[in-house]
Amino acid sequence: MSKTVKTAKSAVRTRRRPMSKDVICFKGIGYPLIFAAAALCLVPFLIVIGSSFTSESYIIRNGYSIWPGDWSLESYQTIFRSPMAIIRAYGVTIFVTVVGTVLSVFLNTMAGYVLQRKDFGWRNKFSFYYFFTTLFSGGLMPWYMLCVKYLHLKDSIWSMILPGLISVWNILLVKGFMGGIPYEMTESAKIDGAGDFSIFLRLIWPLSKPVVATIGLFTALMYWNDWYNSMLFINNSNLYSLQYQLYKLINDARELRRIAEESGIVVDSVPIESMKMALTVVVTGPIVLLYPFIQKYFVKGLTLGAVKG
Amino acid sequence: MKIDKVNKKSFFQNFKRYRTMLLMLLPSVVLVFVFSYLPIGGLVMAFKRFNYSDGIWGSPWVGWDNFKFFLTSGKALSVTRNTALYNLAFIVINTTLEIAFAIILSEMAGKWLKKITQSIIFLPYFISWVIVGSIAYGLLSYETGTLNGLLGSMGIDPVNFYGESGWWPLIIVAFSAWKGVGYGVVVYLAAILGVDGSLHEAAAIDGASIFQRIRYITLPGITSTVITLTLLALGKIFRGNLDLFYQLVGQNGALFDKTDVIDTYVFRMTIAATDVGQTVAIGFYQSVLCFITIIAANWLVKKKDENYSLF
Repeated sequence: MSKTVKTAKSAVRTRRRPMSKDVICFKGIGYPLIFAAAALCLVPFLIVIGSSFTSESYIIRNGYSIWPGDWSLESYQTIFRSPMAIIRAYGVTIFVTVVGTVLSVFLNTMAGYVLQRKDFGWRNKFSFYYFFTTLFSGGLMPWYMLCVKYLHLKDSIWSMILPGLISVWNILLVKGFMGGIPYEMTESAKIDGAGDFSIFLRLIWPLSKPVVATIGLFTALMYWNDWYNSMLFINNSNLYSLQYQLYKLINDARELRRIAEESGIVVDSVPIESMKMALTVVVTGPIVLLYPFIQKYFVKGLTLGAVKG
Repeated sequence: MKIDKVNKKSFFQNFKRYRTMLLMLLPSVVLVFVFSYLPIGGLVMAFKRFNYSDGIWGSPWVGWDNFKFFLTSGKALSVTRNTALYNLAFIVINTTLEIAFAIILSEMAGKWLKKITQSIIFLPYFISWVIVGSIAYGLLSYETGTLNGLLGSMGIDPVNFYGESGWWPLIIVAFSAWKGVGYGVVVYLAAILGVDGSLHEAAAIDGASIFQRIRYITLPGITSTVITLTLLALGKIFRGNLDLFYQLVGQNGALFDKTDVIDTYVFRMTIAATDVGQTVAIGFYQSVLCFITIIAANWLVKKKDENYSLF
């Protein structure tokens, strides 16, 4: 044992010294395990991409696979001959995501800020008001009836934005973070005559970039991936969210035909199976392409939350 | 913390003092009232045989009938059992995988290898469940799925995954892990890195093997986090992940016996909008169950560590 443990540094960093038996054993099991996991995470994407570039006839005979047995661009050609449904859905989702995220972050951080103000005597009552909603809810049906019958949100783009605006979880996260900012700063700003809102906007907000970034990213992701609100509230195909449009195209054969007919494509020749994969690629593409650049911010945000407390 | 406790101000004096802050709270207070509290008021429909012409107030009162009907139908037991069992499976399997992968990543040499591996495992978290449903279709479809293609090339008969429910508990747990483990790995990795590094160095000097270090330093170091997160997850044991179940199973009745959870059942009933009173009653039932388990879980967490509980 003592031969392999010469110095403290080499005991932990075993790169330059020969690895001791236990480390070899650990890495011998651990590395393959985690590489297999990574491969499993990647393979489904590869299957989708590969199949999207495969001819319909090959897919029907052999099924989906990673490698295009019979290379073909027909699925993409069909999509791009009739792209309006996808383009419109992208437009809807971009609008909903931008507006929803900006509003949501603004309202949630504002609420979180007020709730952590130590000189706000009513903050416990309000905190409970928000927090209770995470303990008990009225369920889907009353909420649905409210939105449709009383708020008239059916077929409105706001049906995809409003319900998700307030997230009590985010408010509490902001409250926790801003609570860490020394109260003396607020105090001295108040002595200087600053109002509560401008203290929030000019003083505390710039200091809260980490938590704002975190909830911003997660909120944006939530809005981008939403299909649920479209399914419940939207019948107008011009207002389908991106994910819901994909859902309809994959699960509803009539939807595929409708799109094809829209641009005069002969319905029988639509390469349905490969199109399902190509549509998936077209809808997922941006997230996967952006992923390398934004994932570290998500990791940072999660780590912030995990180590808090 | 200089709060003026000497002069207990009147409500109106406080109102004036707080008016800007109250204004700042107003939008979210209103939104929460509308989208969270008003529906709670709608729960009264669970005790009525609701019809649209009479509205909420005019519809006849039926007391506990809706609940009785649901609870005595086999459905209540079936969906509740499914919801709880699946959540339990998710918690156990996902947590185990997350901790295992986090530990392996933490002991991994090679900065870039570590980053890339973690990034790949985290990727499925970002795509929507609709896309996962599409991927599942690509893998499991009877005629064109990859799995059946592979089976065919080995001379085995294809399996009609979407026609029979037998495989689905496994399929659901697999996809839940595929999509969710990356997130947990990030959280647990942060917890592992929070453990004092000098403890590891000291142990290594003393000749501890890597397994001993993991067992006696890493694991105890993150136990607190694991228990807290597990308790919080258990609190939500009666809340099913609608996205997961609906996108993978959809309206496929052949699979319901093994895959229907409370949330998908209520969701389908809401869309069909046939028996409003019944649907509200089932939602009420779920909310009560969740209320009990969440309170219990949070109470347990608070007993353990004041900081982690939510109230």
